[in-house]
Amino acid sequence: MMARILIGLIAGLIFGVGLALSGMLDPARVRGFLDVTGAWDPSLAFVLAGAVIVSALGQAWARGRATPFFDKQFDWPATRPVTGRLIAGSALFGIGWGLVGLCPGPAIAGLSLGLAPIAIFAAAMIVGMVLFTLLPVRAR
Amino acid sequence: MAMQFLASFVGGCLIGLAATVLLIGNGRVAGISGILGGLVARDGARLWINGSFVVGLLLGPPVYRLASGAWPAASVTASLPLLIIGGLLVGFGTRLGSGCTSGHGVVGLARLSPRSIAAVITFMVAAVATVFLMRVAGLS
Repeated sequence: MMARILIGLIAGLIFGVGLALSGMLDPARVRGFLDVTGAWDPSLAFVLAGAVIVSALGQAWARGRATPFFDKQFDWPATRPVTGRLIAGSALFGIGWGLVGLCPGPAIAGLSLGLAPIAIFAAAMIVGMVLFTLLPVRAR
Repeated sequence: MAMQFLASFVGGCLIGLAATVLLIGNGRVAGISGILGGLVARDGARLWINGSFVVGLLLGPPVYRLASGAWPAASVTASLPLLIIGGLLVGFGTRLGSGCTSGHGVVGLARLSPRSIAAVITFMVAAVATVFLMRVAGLS
């Protein structure tokens, strides 16, 4: 258990430093990246490119192993089917992301910057997650 | 500009590395909304692993500050109502859509998961459309 907690802490820390270095913590830059028909700032596409490349290498490593180092099994989410629930949720998320320029990782890591707007957004985001738990929705 | 692209790419690589550490160590997908959702739903079995990841995430910006000498930039322009509406949509939408930029983007795209590809296309289109409409309406 201690090893798993330590892995969680290290992974979270690397993730948070990566967000800070990448520019993803800055809502103004994120909205500039999303403004493809305006003053488009393409730099954040490189965040996704770097992350997906390294993530794919990590997954290839994981597939070569029967189990992870500190747990019994790999917890791979389902890759199919594409459902209405998946699309509806992703659309709502995209609207919220576009409105403010914050997605869940930067909203949490950004709390360390001590800015009131990020704290308000993160609090509303948690409320949104709590509201979801109160709904009787189908799996997936 | 070139330095910004490089910082974004290296930051993205760190995010991919974080996802790899969590996968190879604990067998878990680094999806921030899923991790937060687990905490919100009081998933007791994963309380400590999810919690330690969030603590690590919060430590990211201060560690970046120690290493680089400056806090990462973050400017939020959204008004109070938009912060609240955006936060609610991001929290609820990512749970309904089973993931966000990290789980569907960084991990799911690297797996070529049809669910994640559909989710990423949906939230990107929704976010780009939202930013476009806000600019046309003079809201940003």
